[in-house]
Amino acid sequence: MRAKYVLSEVITGLWRNVTMTVAMIITMAVSLAMLGASLLLYTQVSDMQDFYYGKVEVSIFLKNDVTEAQRSSLQSDLKVDPLVQNLIYESRDTAYQRFKTQFKDAPDLVNATKPDSLPESFRVKLKNPEQFQSMYDKYSGREGIGEIIDQRKLLGKIFGIFNSVQNVALAVAIVQGLAALLLVANMIQIAAYSKRREVAVMKLVGASNWFIQAPFVLEAVFAGLVGAIGAFGVLWLLKLVVLDGALKSLQNVFPPIPDTRMWLMLPILAGVGAAVNAIAGWVTLRFYVRV
Amino acid sequence: MIQLEHVTKTYPKASRPSLDDVSVSIDKGDFVFFIGPSGSGKSTIIKLLLHEITPNAGKVYVNERDVTTMRSWKIPTFRRSIGCVFQDFRLLPNRTAYENVAFALEVIGKSKGVARRVVPEVLELVGLGGKEHRYPHELSGGEQQRVAVARAFVNRPLILLADEPTGNLDPDTSVEIMRLLDRINRTGTTVVMVTHDSNIVNQMRRRVVEIESGRIVRDQPRGVYG
Repeated sequence: MRAKYVLSEVITGLWRNVTMTVAMIITMAVSLAMLGASLLLYTQVSDMQDFYYGKVEVSIFLKNDVTEAQRSSLQSDLKVDPLVQNLIYESRDTAYQRFKTQFKDAPDLVNATKPDSLPESFRVKLKNPEQFQSMYDKYSGREGIGEIIDQRKLLGKIFGIFNSVQNVALAVAIVQGLAALLLVANMIQIAAYSKRREVAVMKLVGASNWFIQAPFVLEAVFAGLVGAIGAFGVLWLLKLVVLDGALKSLQNVFPPIPDTRMWLMLPILAGVGAAVNAIAGWVTLRFYVRV
Repeated sequence: MIQLEHVTKTYPKASRPSLDDVSVSIDKGDFVFFIGPSGSGKSTIIKLLLHEITPNAGKVYVNERDVTTMRSWKIPTFRRSIGCVFQDFRLLPNRTAYENVAFALEVIGKSKGVARRVVPEVLELVGLGGKEHRYPHELSGGEQQRVAVARAFVNRPLILLADEPTGNLDPDTSVEIMRLLDRINRTGTTVVMVTHDSNIVNQMRRRVVEIESGRIVRDQPRGVYG
């Protein structure tokens, strides 16, 4: 009986103020979607970091006028260097072949590039990718070497962009979350005002505090859960339209988000939405409305 | 049953205390009037007994329990042993007489079955048999107050507090309400009534405690308004 009473109170409560409820659900959904996007981006980027940092190399590009002697002395030095784990020599010809396959979708670019315009290079995989600087110091002044490039640095820039996108999403989530909290507080106040007579009678005849407060708190929790489901829907939509749709060609760079990880977002967002609203609702009741 | 020991209550921002070192003792089954002019502090006593407010000094005992030190989560259960009636009835306008009384049972966790058995009984007792399904606006003032009394009494409280219950009623209706409170008192329920209705007090000839400026100036076993 009690559960039924509380439930019917929650439903009438949400209906009584339906515009407010909808506003609160939408705000909550946006906030949680941003939170979810931020979480997904975070896990995605750390996955990509593990993957790419395992593959990064240091490229030592040789000058066009490098002599045979310079090249072979460099090669023998690199071979015995304790910093080096693996060494591959890439001639102009192989560099050009690789270039051709890499840009096979852009024939104009391939045609405009002459086979000898790409430099020959040593591709060095370091034992510890962090030791680029000592590698650089050791070889940078040497005759015949053009440029020494750390791929890690390039990747770092790209991941930096991802990180700032993630931070923006998180910031939007927090701001929208604050707006959602204020709406919860407002919703509770309106609900408490419209039920002030009932509340007064309940207190008078000795209804327990949880019994008086539960319908209000559950109203907020319910709105939070619906908001979380909305947010989950938005995330799937974004995944389908943006990642699997518009950015499909980038899938070898930006790996698709596995479905299990998407599904994991539902309990997380629902938990966050429900908990935050429950706490906000209860605090409003306890310290502001003093129901 | 009820005991106030040297109770002083000053509201915040008030220049003088509403109750100033008041001591009074009420036995089980008593019928007591608290009388005095507006602002004399008599309604403060009701609020203290309900633990709506706490005194600045002194002790309040209700049903042998020290109300002043009661933990806040125990208050709801404590209030179930007290019924309360007010001048403005405080009925829920969107519920019938039956539903108003049943509401008081439901919100303290009694089943619908209990309500179906007990509510018609108590409505009959207050003389509203046959009017169970009327809404408050379809009832006269006296009838509305009867619904309020039924709601206060349905849980068979040990104490019934009445804060100017006849304040909004004409003299004849007031007399009927007093007969009802008297009948409830005869079941063994302690009745504490705050009023400044001199006719009622003079007719009933029950214990009268007169308060003036927060102090007890008279306590008579079978008193009149004075």
